[in-house]
Amino acid sequence: MTIHEIVSLVKGKILCGNVGEEDFVEYCFASDLMSDVLTVRRSDFMLITGLSNVQSIRTAEMSDLKYVMLVRGKTPPQTMIELAEESGIVLIMSPYSMFKASGILYMAGLKGVF
Amino acid sequence: MDLSFNIQGGDFTSAGTASSQVRRTLKELGVDASVIKRVVVALYEAEVNIVAHACHGTITAQINPERVFLQLVDEGPGIPDIEKAMTPGFSTASQEVREMGFGAGMGLPNICRNADVFNIHSVPGKGTTVEITIQIK
Ligand SMILES: Nc1ncnc2c1ncn2[C@@H]1O[C@H](COP(=O)(O)OP(=O)(O)OP(=O)(O)O)[C@@H](O)[C@H]1O
Ligand SMILES: [Mg+2]
Repeated sequence: MTIHEIVSLVKGKILCGNVGEEDFVEYCFASDLMSDVLTVRRSDFMLITGLSNVQSIRTAEMSDLKYVMLVRGKTPPQTMIELAEESGIVLIMSPYSMFKASGILYMAGLKGVF
Repeated sequence: MDLSFNIQGGDFTSAGTASSQVRRTLKELGVDASVIKRVVVALYEAEVNIVAHACHGTITAQINPERVFLQLVDEGPGIPDIEKAMTPGFSTASQEVREMGFGAGMGLPNICRNADVFNIHSVPGKGTTVEITIQIK
């Protein structure tokens, strides 16, 4: 699914990063616990999280992820957006809860990593 | 190549900067992406453990064409029962640490899983030393 489709399904907004038609993911993982995210071996997934601070971007960086979706309509601190930009990570924001955003994307065909 | 960093306990704004720098260095050296991920995931977990659980510490990273050796030495409360601390899900993380997204009790098991050689040594009341070796070739 393209990132543009994902953003529109969750009524989201891209906070930073350039996104084109080649930006695409097939897998997702949702968690607020960063060590949980860090146990995932593969790197081709989008992280969905409610954790609105720089550590979620650091975690994405170490996990070699390109896309992070912040849920529950939290406005991230400027430092988080700046770090995402610096790390080449696309940061998306959705007003939906983690459950709702995940459910919509799962129904639309995104797969879980396990 | 040797890199070294000072880590301040409680400083969650900077947590991960050492791991980030090691990642950049390994990328510049053209190391395989899956190896880089193992190195930086293990290092980041260990770096965050210093920030989350200790007072301060130092990280040294020795990189050569065969392997990466990481040593993390901290001064802090130490770990009274290492076997227990290594159990997935065991955590003494404070509320503040949990608000930063940590405290799943998955860090040490995760370091162990990513390392080729993993050593941990701790003196309660003094501090903890973690050593991680990952083969590049
Ligand atoms: N450097 C350290 N100094 C003192 N105690 C530590 C240190 N590292 C780990 N511990 C102890 O071992 C426990 C388990 O560590 P581990 O990294 O597995 O989980 P965590 O840090 O609590 O949570 P997570 O890493 O999943 O976010 C910690 O809760 C803490 O009690
Ligand atoms: Mg930990």
